[in-house]
Amino acid sequence: MTAKQLSIFLENRSGRLHEVTDVLGRAGINIRALSLADTSDFGILRLIVDKPDEAYRILRNSGFTVRESDVLAVEVSDQPGGLAKVLEIFRNGGINVEYMYAFVEKSGKNAIVIFRTEDISRSSNLLSEHGVSQIEGEKLYKM
Amino acid sequence: MRWEQEYLQPEELKALQIRRLKELVARVYERVPFYRRAMDERGVRPEHVKSLEDLKLLPITDKEILRQHYPFGMLAVPTSDILEIHVSSGTTGDPTVVAYTKHDIGLWSEVMARTIACAGGTKDDLIHNAYGYGLFTGGLGVHYGAIELGASVVPVSAGGTKRQIKLIQDFKPTILTCTPTYALYMAEEAREMDIDPRKTSLRIGIFGAEPWSEGMRREIEAAWDLLATDIYGLSEIIGPGVAQECPGQDGLHLWADHFLPEVLDPDSLEPVGEGEDGMLVLTTLTKEGMPLLRYATRDIVSITYEPCPHCGRTMPRISKIKGRTDDMLIIRGVNVFPSQIESVLMGIDEVQPHYQLVVTREKGLDELEVWVEVEERLFSDEVRALEALEEKIRSEIEGVLGLTVKVKLVEPKTIERSIGKAKRVIDKRRI
Ligand SMILES: [Zn+2]
Repeated sequence: MTAKQLSIFLENRSGRLHEVTDVLGRAGINIRALSLADTSDFGILRLIVDKPDEAYRILRNSGFTVRESDVLAVEVSDQPGGLAKVLEIFRNGGINVEYMYAFVEKSGKNAIVIFRTEDISRSSNLLSEHGVSQIEGEKLYKM
Repeated sequence: MRWEQEYLQPEELKALQIRRLKELVARVYERVPFYRRAMDERGVRPEHVKSLEDLKLLPITDKEILRQHYPFGMLAVPTSDILEIHVSSGTTGDPTVVAYTKHDIGLWSEVMARTIACAGGTKDDLIHNAYGYGLFTGGLGVHYGAIELGASVVPVSAGGTKRQIKLIQDFKPTILTCTPTYALYMAEEAREMDIDPRKTSLRIGIFGAEPWSEGMRREIEAAWDLLATDIYGLSEIIGPGVAQECPGQDGLHLWADHFLPEVLDPDSLEPVGEGEDGMLVLTTLTKEGMPLLRYATRDIVSITYEPCPHCGRTMPRISKIKGRTDDMLIIRGVNVFPSQIESVLMGIDEVQPHYQLVVTREKGLDELEVWVEVEERLFSDEVRALEALEEKIRSEIEGVLGLTVKVKLVEPKTIERSIGKAKRVIDKRRI
């Protein structure tokens, strides 16, 4: 129950973020979620897109350093304490969350949060055991 | 093919060198006004040169002197005797000219044939020659040597990388000749074309025309699955074909029957000891068109006179070029050679040598920045891991140089790729 995420290495130069979105936009690829982690020197742009394999190829051919990794798209109840509940499951299970960010669309009444943890398959099983639903990649890309 | 002069006993070699040196000094004294004047100023007459120790009586020739005599002022023959003229790449001012007589073209062919043979080449090899043809001596030098050896040569010259890779696949050459940075660049291009460079027919590489490190050698050998050997030469002396590694990769055999080497302290111009670093100075013992006494190459090497334990040749061996006297950066009083930084980068697992040194001066203090391209295999999705990589590179460079530096990770292809020589240093200091 995982989804594919693309990570792109970016120098902190003005316009680079725009270049990524522009390359993808011209290829007709939709960005569904985006997060930028940066330091004073460089940044890592993380993307969920509708066509990950195609986007990977296009970015690579455009000269970007790209990496594909698996993440979890978790349904989080859109009310106070919703996110805390998921984080608590991870903490009790001894799983470190490397980072997380919000997905644009909702799933019914629930928000969707993208999680990257150190052990994706164990994390996924753990959430399922606690009745937390996750959205599989193919479905997520089309939302 | 075997050239017996490469196996002369030290005393025999010395006797040959001194005989040739005496003849040369007499000839340039008579025919080259610059040398006559320079020797007269020192009160030196050709007959004063009786042994190799008397070399120190003779004037040093440097690039500036060649520039002052541009284009034909250093010729020792009438221009009608010249068959071929090359121009050496000058970064500043007038270029320098090198002119070859028929004898010199024969000499060049001989030393290049010996060079290719020393690397392990034979008449049965097919050479993919990607050194530039033209005013640069690289292309034609390899070409003449290949013909002399009886090998086959594809004069593909530099550039048009995709076509080069196609020709390598179609013709199945066994020897690749080009600059080391271009060998890496070609491997990268091949992989982008979904061609595995390790599966090509190449077995030997003869790489030179720019300094490169042992780490870069390993990188090229792994990328192409071939034996990467180092060649040394410079236009002013003959072009490529001054010195070459044998498959033992243990120093470059210098063809001292034609080119008499000295290794001098670059400041005092006094000889340094065997095995110590200094500037290589060469005298062209047998050249006819533009013979040079004690040419200051500005290349930093060490030399050994021990016979080669791998191939038995007795010619002196020079180390790989450790730097250039003019590439040497002085940063906060510390001597820095780009090759030192390259060896650190290669020591860090899997860093390809695409890097650049940027020197700036802020408020009177020199700053050294090392830019390193983040290739896919180095890239981590985690900020922490990339910061750790930056830190590792920084601390290892500081360990080697004893200088604080700043490391900057940059996107691939940010650093200019070269088909000719790599631009490793950007010095923005206004001194
Ligand atoms: Zn040898």
